[in-house]
Amino acid sequence: MNKAEILIIDDEEQIRRMLEITLKTNNYGVTEAATGNEGLVMASNHPPDLILLDLGLPDKNGMIILQELREWHTGPIIILSVQNSEEVIIRALDKGANDYLSKPFRTGELLARIRSALRSSIMEESEPIINSKDLQIDLLTRTVRKNDKLVKLTNTEYNLLSLFARNDGKVLTHQYLLRAVWGPGFISQSQYLRVFIAQIRKKIEDDPNRPEHLLTESGVGYRFISTPDSSPIVSRIG
Amino acid sequence: MTGNRRQYWLSLGLVLVVATVCYVISAYLGYRVIAFILLLTVSLIAISFDILPVLVSATLSAFIWDFFFIPPRFNFHVGNTDDAILLGMYFVIAMISAVLTYKIRQVENASRKKEEKANTLKLYDTLLNSLSHELRTPIATIIAATDNLQSGNDNLTGENKDELINEISKASLRLNQQVENLLNMSRLESGFIKPKIDWCDVGELVYDITRKIEENGITQKISININPNLPLIKTDKVLLGQSIYNLLNNASLYTRPGSVINIIAVIHVDILQLIIEDNGEGFPSGEIGNVFDKFYRLRYSKAGGTGLGLSIVKGFIEALKGNVRLENIDTGGARFTIEIPCETSYLTVSP
Repeated sequence: MNKAEILIIDDEEQIRRMLEITLKTNNYGVTEAATGNEGLVMASNHPPDLILLDLGLPDKNGMIILQELREWHTGPIIILSVQNSEEVIIRALDKGANDYLSKPFRTGELLARIRSALRSSIMEESEPIINSKDLQIDLLTRTVRKNDKLVKLTNTEYNLLSLFARNDGKVLTHQYLLRAVWGPGFISQSQYLRVFIAQIRKKIEDDPNRPEHLLTESGVGYRFISTPDSSPIVSRIG
Repeated sequence: MTGNRRQYWLSLGLVLVVATVCYVISAYLGYRVIAFILLLTVSLIAISFDILPVLVSATLSAFIWDFFFIPPRFNFHVGNTDDAILLGMYFVIAMISAVLTYKIRQVENASRKKEEKANTLKLYDTLLNSLSHELRTPIATIIAATDNLQSGNDNLTGENKDELINEISKASLRLNQQVENLLNMSRLESGFIKPKIDWCDVGELVYDITRKIEENGITQKISININPNLPLIKTDKVLLGQSIYNLLNNASLYTRPGSVINIIAVIHVDILQLIIEDNGEGFPSGEIGNVFDKFYRLRYSKAGGTGLGLSIVKGFIEALKGNVRLENIDTGGARFTIEIPCETSYLTVSP
């Protein structure tokens, strides 16, 4: 398989250098842009598999770059920014970013986010069965198994979990989830969401207090992480 | 702008109300007494309002007194010389009282500002001292360690190198922690902390923060005692989370390796009580009252720390309308208790 190409749009040379070393030594191809406009041109000339986008660019606000990219670019975009307020994170996710990491970040965390964003962009609905360690979610038969045992979920719990599974690795904001599962009238009813998440965790996590599948992004939303590497159940074809 | 307009309305309204009352009882009072009552009203207005509304109400009251009270009444004509002099004096005295009060207030403001400035300077001094230490130490570590690694010195063993890299990593985490504290403190100082209140699962929050602290590689054991059926509460989880983080960080910095940090959360009706206690040495009893003060450091404290962490906890918890207190435990160790009033939700789903 070809190396995945990653485009870095960041004006700080030190950060670009660090990212380049990190990514190249982890077998990714790397291209770099120091300004927003340069990044837009590079992304349109050679569409990368993934874009790492800084928000504080000298020529154009990163949010606007994100918006312009999203007009035609469907691949994953991960925001790397020193801004860490929930408002900014939620806005970036609403504008179509797949993920958000605030600087400073740990390298392991960055690589994990990149892996999961790339994986979900390849899957794109084509995979009806999601395997994650001891958990198996079958979107066709609407069944969930843990350790090969059927998990009993209510309709809402299943809808919520399958929504997460179809957006593997992606942060889904509270508002998005409430709107998608309960409808637009419920976007302020975040306590429903919290209760249902707690219920689902009780059913699918070994220790609901230290979840492995369904993670909290504090103040922003939740993220489902599948870890197929350790899945012993199904070997994929193709 | 709107505050100013309000002052006009209030002061004019007050003059009109007083004048009306005087008008009603004018049969029982001499019109000269009424002049004093109106003058008193203007002086009272001058104590708390800006100069322009006061001058306007002074002028208005003079005209009212002339028109409604000085005989012959209901015109601006003044009957005798005495009254003409009185009216002139009324006007002048009203103006003087307005201007004088205004000036006194200005002087007061200036001296208050001067005092505030002096206090700020003193704070900055303390801040600079502790900051230059707290920021320069990890920076010095990073520079020295990288210099060593780049020197190409053949005597450096692989183990040495690992150790140096480890030092760089620790120093940068410490640097990050201090910058985080500074940013939080400047948020508090600017007064722009607006709690974002939403439903929060305290248990989830505590486990989340604990995981973060444990990722720093602490040597203490954290034990969590929270009922899994604790109701959701409405609060700002960022402010509460940062407070919990700072308390845990504090306990991990100042207790011996292997100590136990206990976290307990309970809800009494509509108050969240969160206790973070350790079995370390506790605080010197004479200094317990000061630990939440900005830049306060214990007298025999080991190096490190800017005295910001606990004052941020206090600032954040107070922003949530709660309080935080510290006590020593009889059997040894320190106990921090946070109490926040909050709405609770026992919403559950039927299985």
